Parts: sequence; C-alpha cells; structure tokens
Amino acid sequence: MAGRIKIRAQKKGVVTEVKALMRHPMETGMRKDQAGEPIPAHFITQVSVLHGEQPVMQGHWGAAVSANPFLGVRFAGGEPGDTVRVVWTDNQGGTGEGETTIR
Amino acid sequence: MKKPNLEVALLAAWLCAATLAADDGVFDQYRDLMGDENPAVFVIDEGEEFWLTAQGPNAVTLESCDLGLGPGVTAGAYVRFPRHFADTNAVMDLESRLVYCMTTIQGRDLESVTAKPYSLRGDFGTEIEALVTWLAAESEGATIAPEQAHATERAMYALGKDIFFYRAGPHDFSCATCHEQSDKRIRLQALPDLTSHTGAAGSWGSWPAYRISQGLVRTMGWRLRDCFRQQRWPELQMGSEASIALQTYMAVNAAGGTMTAPGLKR
Repeated sequence: MAGRIKIRAQKKGVVTEVKALMRHPMETGMRKDQAGEPIPAHFITQVSVLHGEQPVMQGHWGAAVSANPFLGVRFAGGEPGDTVRVVWTDNQGGTGEGETTIR
Repeated sequence: MKKPNLEVALLAAWLCAATLAADDGVFDQYRDLMGDENPAVFVIDEGEEFWLTAQGPNAVTLESCDLGLGPGVTAGAYVRFPRHFADTNAVMDLESRLVYCMTTIQGRDLESVTAKPYSLRGDFGTEIEALVTWLAAESEGATIAPEQAHATERAMYALGKDIFFYRAGPHDFSCATCHEQSDKRIRLQALPDLTSHTGAAGSWGSWPAYRISQGLVRTMGWRLRDCFRQQRWPELQMGSEASIALQTYMAVNAAGGTMTAPGLKR
C-alpha cells in the first residue's frame, strides 16, 4: 500500500508552505524479523517537490528517515490555485506521487 | 533541622513533577509540528477499503456485519464496545466481532483470520488493525458509552476488575501495580490511573494509536497483550475472555469521555 501521499500547500505571505505525509515502511535493511531473517532494505532514495513543472526541492534520503515520513518545506512564490506535486522513488524501484493545489 | 529537610524533599518532588510536565510539553510540541497530520490517516483509508472488499469463499464484503447498531452501521459503533451480542450470546470486543463477521459472513477460516491479528516487526499493518483504526475514526468525537444493560456485560466488568487487581507471574505484578496511581511514570512515559475516570478516558479514548517508534497503528488489544508480556504473564489471546474483560473494565471507567482515536503516541 506504499505510494500514497497526503499533501497540503498553503500560501503564507510571500512563501508557500508544503506539508507532505508519505506512506512508506522505510526499512533500513539492518533489522531482522521474528524468525531472525534480515528484513530487506526498502527506503525512499529521492524525493522532489515540484511547483507546476519547476522543482523547488530535491532530496536524497536514506535509511535514517522514519517510517511514514513527514516532510515540511517552504518555497518563495506560488499562488493559490497553482499545482504542487511531491514525487519519490525508492531503492526497490517503487514510486509515489501526490498532488494538491495551493490554498 | 527538620524543616530544611522537608523543603529539600518538597523541592525534589517539585523537580520530578516539573520533569514530567516538561516531557509531556516536548511531546506536545512534536504534535504541534505535525499539525493535524497523523500517519494513521493512511491506515483509516486502508481499513475502509478492507471493509468494502469482497473476500473469503462467499466473496462478500463486511458491509452486512452488525457491530451492534444494525448491519453495516459503522458511525458511532466503536464507543459502545465491548457489548453483548444476542447472535453469539457473548460479550465481544470490536476485534472479536470483526473475526466473527469474517468467519460467518465471508466464510473465512477462523485459524487464518486469527493467525496474526497484530503486526510483527517488519510488517506494515494487518487487516484487523486497519479495520479497527477505521472504525475508531468512525466514532471520533463521540461519547464513550459501553453497554452495561445485559447481565453478562456487568459480569464482564466485574471479571475485568478482578483481573486488573490480580497479582501473578514471576514479578508478582498486577495491572494495578502500574495503573492505580496518577503520578507515576515508567522511564519517561506518564502512567495513567486506569481506576479513575480521567485516566481511563484518556487511555481508552486514544487507542488505537499510531506509535511513532514502531511506525504502526496499534490497537487496545495489542496494548493489553503487550502489558501482559511486560508483566511476564502468559500471552494474552485476541478475543479471549481476559482481554474482553479488561477492555470492559477500562471502557466502563472511561464512560462519558470522548473518543479521540486514532491517537499519536511516542
């Protein structure tokens, strides 16, 4: 059920505040299950915030980020009604994408 | 000589209280940073999807499941649990009621639906956890009002109270050892007094909850099972009489409080 993102984007003065909550297990690869077998690494490696088609933030993530990560970011500009997208890819080739309009 | 000692003791007591309050304050700040965001929202959606997915040999959804307010009525159902059901002639908690619906309506195998009710390390939530989370959210803001009209419901409360105060196991622990005073903590977590209305309402009303440290939503059934583990008692089975009795004891003590689940916890 990974891949879902909840996003809110709100104009605050001259900046737009984006809050995104992502559904992802973010397994480090260092944990073992109840039977003692290693749980395969599964985490987001790249995450981007786009204002329209324009990237406003790009991040390289790793195993240290929590499960179901929460991302808060602000960028200059943006007008109510504009589209904001958050996209990620993980180390297993999975992707997630969410979209909202600025309030 | 006596008086300064008393002042030192009072200062120490005040410092302890201040430390406790500060810890809660830090966690409140964390909640503020998250705003209204609780990763449990994903689990709520998943629970609703499970409810509406045709499953089992009968290939039907759970929409005809009667949670006490009539078949398919989900809003406000959770706050009336645990309650007596005429069709099973038993007091059931939500988890055991869901298992009953899965086996009778969907025709699923009892062993397979109860094999793993709660997530293990590395899991990403189970069907039971998702359903309970969604159904709790369907009662968000409602007043906790477990049924106590039927004699078996009152007997379940009495049994729950007995278990709550029953000392057993290698550590001679009872639930009350940790949960009958309001000013105690374990490590940095304040321990609720579950014999009081305030303590019980705060706990019963905030589970199921997203546990940040585990990245999972946990249910009250899991919480009780983990309490048993911490007491070094035998493993508490989901839907067992002991589990339902303890839940009845807590829910009745919490009656009149508000359901705020799913909560957000450390």
